[in-house]
Amino acid sequence: MNELPLAVLLASVLATATPLIIATLGETITEKAGVINLSLDGSLLLSAMVGFVVGYETGSFLLAFMAAAATGASVALLVGIYGIYLGQLQVAVGFALTLMCKDLAYFLGNPYSRLQGPQMISWKIPGLSEIPFFGPVLFQQPLTVYAGLLLIPAIWWYFYRTARGLELRAVGENPQACYTRGIDPRRKQILYILIGGALVGLAGAAFSLGIKPGWGRPQGIEGIGWIALAIVIFGGWHPVRVALGAFLFALLQVGGISLQNIWTAIPAQVFQVAPFPLMILALVLVNMLEHKSIQRWLEHRPGLAQLLDKLKGDPPRALGKTFHPD
Amino acid sequence: MQVELRQIHKRFGTNHALKGIDLSVQAGTIHGLVGENGAGKSTLMKILTGYLTRTEGRIFLDGGEVDNADPASAARNGIGMLYQEPQDFPPLTVLENFMVGRDTEPDPDRNRQRRRLLELADQVHFSLDPDQKLDKLTVGERQQLELLRLLGRGVQVLILDEPTTGISDRQKARLFEALRQIRDQGRTILLVSHKLEDVVALCDRVTVLRHGRVTGAEDAPFNVPGLLAMMFDAPPANDTHRQSLPAGEVLLSFEQVTAEGERTGLQDCSLDINQGEVVGLAGLSGSGQGLFLRLAAALLKPATGRIQLRGVPMDLKDHRFFKGTGGVFLPADRLEEGLIPGFTIQDHFALASNSNMAAARVSATEAIVRFRIRGEPDTPVESLSGGNQQRLLLSLIRLESSLILLENPTRGLDVESARWIWENLRRQFIRRGAIVFSSAELDEILEVADRVLVFYDGNIVRDLHINELDYQDVAAAMTGR
Repeated sequence: MNELPLAVLLASVLATATPLIIATLGETITEKAGVINLSLDGSLLLSAMVGFVVGYETGSFLLAFMAAAATGASVALLVGIYGIYLGQLQVAVGFALTLMCKDLAYFLGNPYSRLQGPQMISWKIPGLSEIPFFGPVLFQQPLTVYAGLLLIPAIWWYFYRTARGLELRAVGENPQACYTRGIDPRRKQILYILIGGALVGLAGAAFSLGIKPGWGRPQGIEGIGWIALAIVIFGGWHPVRVALGAFLFALLQVGGISLQNIWTAIPAQVFQVAPFPLMILALVLVNMLEHKSIQRWLEHRPGLAQLLDKLKGDPPRALGKTFHPD
Repeated sequence: MQVELRQIHKRFGTNHALKGIDLSVQAGTIHGLVGENGAGKSTLMKILTGYLTRTEGRIFLDGGEVDNADPASAARNGIGMLYQEPQDFPPLTVLENFMVGRDTEPDPDRNRQRRRLLELADQVHFSLDPDQKLDKLTVGERQQLELLRLLGRGVQVLILDEPTTGISDRQKARLFEALRQIRDQGRTILLVSHKLEDVVALCDRVTVLRHGRVTGAEDAPFNVPGLLAMMFDAPPANDTHRQSLPAGEVLLSFEQVTAEGERTGLQDCSLDINQGEVVGLAGLSGSGQGLFLRLAAALLKPATGRIQLRGVPMDLKDHRFFKGTGGVFLPADRLEEGLIPGFTIQDHFALASNSNMAAARVSATEAIVRFRIRGEPDTPVESLSGGNQQRLLLSLIRLESSLILLENPTRGLDVESARWIWENLRRQFIRRGAIVFSSAELDEILEVADRVLVFYDGNIVRDLHINELDYQDVAAAMTGR
């Protein structure tokens, strides 16, 4: 056993959570603008593959991440074109792309299977990384982890403190009203589905170049896209709550692996599967906060109520619907 | 700014909605646009504002031709419209709703925008809390906000589509005062309305539309019978004959009911509603009438107190029970709560009566004729005009219904249709049950109801029967005196 097991565990949770955080935030941006990009699971895989292959061939992390972001954005663009401009069902287009991207990723990535490729190493922040306990947890991580953590307040600020963020939310609520106010809702939606898709792409590369380096079948990130979609919904389309959901899932995953070493009698599969139902249970508990009796209980605790109110979120009213001007 | 429309045509598929409209509006005037439901008023204005594209025709502003291909370009040309259905964002705050838009250069400074909002609100004597979430506001208040936003954008041509619907008389007076002020600054106002009294009070000139054509125009002072003749094929009938029935059994009873909701909630409300009554709920918009109706329809539960429907306590019952015992509730927000967008008229009949498509087609065709709905059984409901949607909703009420709750049932309907609908409702339902309705029009309530409940700030302050009704008294009670 390590001398700082808790610190190691938490550092590992943070690292594991990163791709999920980046992907869920990307999807949050997309859905907040009223578009559902259901292709997440496929585009995560595809961009993980592209990121790894480009990193392997060029040795450049910058190029690798750029290529992965471009991959995620391209898939998103397809959803955008078909879903927003050609009037197809967004969910149907996204689902078809999920399957296509997945097969494409395994097919194109096959020659690179099980190769030793580049891996992002931890970057110790001078000074801060020396702090006992917090140093190893927070400040001895790959760059992607810092980026993922900074993204949470950045997106929150963009959503709730900027004029463009206000427009983004407005488009997701009522594209028709935006149109009457001189905003082109479809252009906004395309913009944000591209940004969201690019983040999903970065998340894929963050996985294949950082968390579980390499490429192979099955890829460890498979299935995470669906979890990300669920977290966005249960997270109430709020960047902070969504990120918390991603942390929780990572905690369950890493915790499961640790417990596996303690309770050896229980089959390993239990710990691998457990995070998924536990996640659903946790999210149900979070959503029970909206229940009347709990709300009434909260009335006498204004501080807590205010905090929870800030985290609360309803779906964008125009989610999945597109507006076509006359 | 002077506005001129030449030979505007609009076709929706095979429906020729506008058949060559010419309209000229002088700068610095208030120009009324009147006509029956479905005459094409809103369509014409949506074309001017670029929301709808025109099939043919040209638009001139101050003599120069403009395209107005979309709302953004129309806004750049100085045109702004207050739509009949509020075009806003309910989950956002009042201030955020005020800020969204690129019809002029956006100003992201929240503090400056907040001051601007409060300043504008002050000028027209509206009171809005900038940090309130919009979904806590009434339709009337949402309209007020939208008006403030347009004023803030400095529009040169202001189009208002039925702006006096859902706002109080006091607010209306202030609105009119503000509109005159805006006109005197040299700006142009186009007022779409089916309420002749508003048009007569406010407008300098009126153009009348009927079935997509201009049937006449007149300068103030107006000759009202003349206008009516231009609006309708035949002048509207004169009076509804009302025979009050002796009160029958108790249908609905409220015992010390208190509930939260709207802005005011509902406090300690006790009363019975009997078979044979037509009960009008009077009051300024959002004084508790909507809450009362939703409680009665078992859509909301009271915080304390007890509601009984035909003697059955409703504590554990829901809206299905209400409907199962002959209840009907028609909410004010037609497309959000009443009808299903994307479904056709026929589909609605199939759903309502749980019958097959062939039977639904027959009843839909019948209803279209009986209720004079301008549409076909296959017309999707969202493409019907507001008034026609309302008629459809009313036509969906089952004949065997016994407790009919209506929220602003004649909202957006012209005088003649409203009168016709009331005659029908009375004839069909009053012997078997009771009708409870809210209305923003006190005149309508006094004309139609046998009994009036006056709401003020969440309390029922008067419960009057037909023979003790006094306009002054009711009006005073509505405003809390």
